[in-house]
Amino acid sequence: MTGPVLAAQPDRDLVSGSLLPDLRKPPITKLQLVKYAGASGDYNLIHTDDETARAVGLEGVIAHGMLSMAFLGEYLCWLSGPESIRRVSVRFVEMVRPGDTLTCRGRVKERTAAGGGTRLKLEVWTENQRAERVTVGDAEVHVR
Amino acid sequence: MDHPPTLTSDLIGRESEVVLFEVERGAIRKFADAVQDQTPECLRGDVAPPTFPTTFRMTIPGLTFDLARVLHGAQEYRYERPLRAGDRVRCRVRVADVYRRKGRLGEMIFLILAMEGTDESGSPVFTGTTTAILR
Repeated sequence: MTGPVLAAQPDRDLVSGSLLPDLRKPPITKLQLVKYAGASGDYNLIHTDDETARAVGLEGVIAHGMLSMAFLGEYLCWLSGPESIRRVSVRFVEMVRPGDTLTCRGRVKERTAAGGGTRLKLEVWTENQRAERVTVGDAEVHVR
Repeated sequence: MDHPPTLTSDLIGRESEVVLFEVERGAIRKFADAVQDQTPECLRGDVAPPTFPTTFRMTIPGLTFDLARVLHGAQEYRYERPLRAGDRVRCRVRVADVYRRKGRLGEMIFLILAMEGTDESGSPVFTGTTTAILR
């Protein structure tokens, strides 16, 4: 399904409490973490070097929290387009490791008319393959 | 590495220089590729993904810590509009707060960083708030 998917949703499906469609991401790989380190400029070695990760008590490298936030950024773009996004706020609550598969999910918290369009407050989160929420937050988008 | 971090509240208010960042099409595409972001505007490099401001890295004089002991606790961005290829944004980051709190892993230091980006005419484009936790 190509975005923006909310444009195709009838208004009755976008009321407070409505569950939004899911966006399932491919499994996270060590290569992705190296690429994300380079693309983002976050060279913290706990994300790319197992030895460094173990030295600080981790079992091995963990994904950048910002990678899972980037997934939610993509999710919002998919839902309502990159021009629509006004705010996104997340907390990183569980670690993500190579091999984990994250799915972005969301729910409408509030819908208000604003500036000739609609302002949606959304609850958004990513969860792993064990249905544990790893990154939780909320967002605001402005749609026509 | 055995020393606890020594960030104290006298850092509050310290800020980076204003740094000019050019939003490059290639950098947008590289970022979208790493994230496997399928947004067409981002894959083409026209529009930056929402978390792209994380690439704007600045240093605050006097603020140093061991990267391997930092956890990223939370992050927020607010946008006036998306960043686009060719944008030149002036950014600055400031220590908004430093405080200690007891957590599951003992006493931790919370560091709140506030970032803002404006366009060349001085209009705000985005703000960011980072919560870093030092253990």
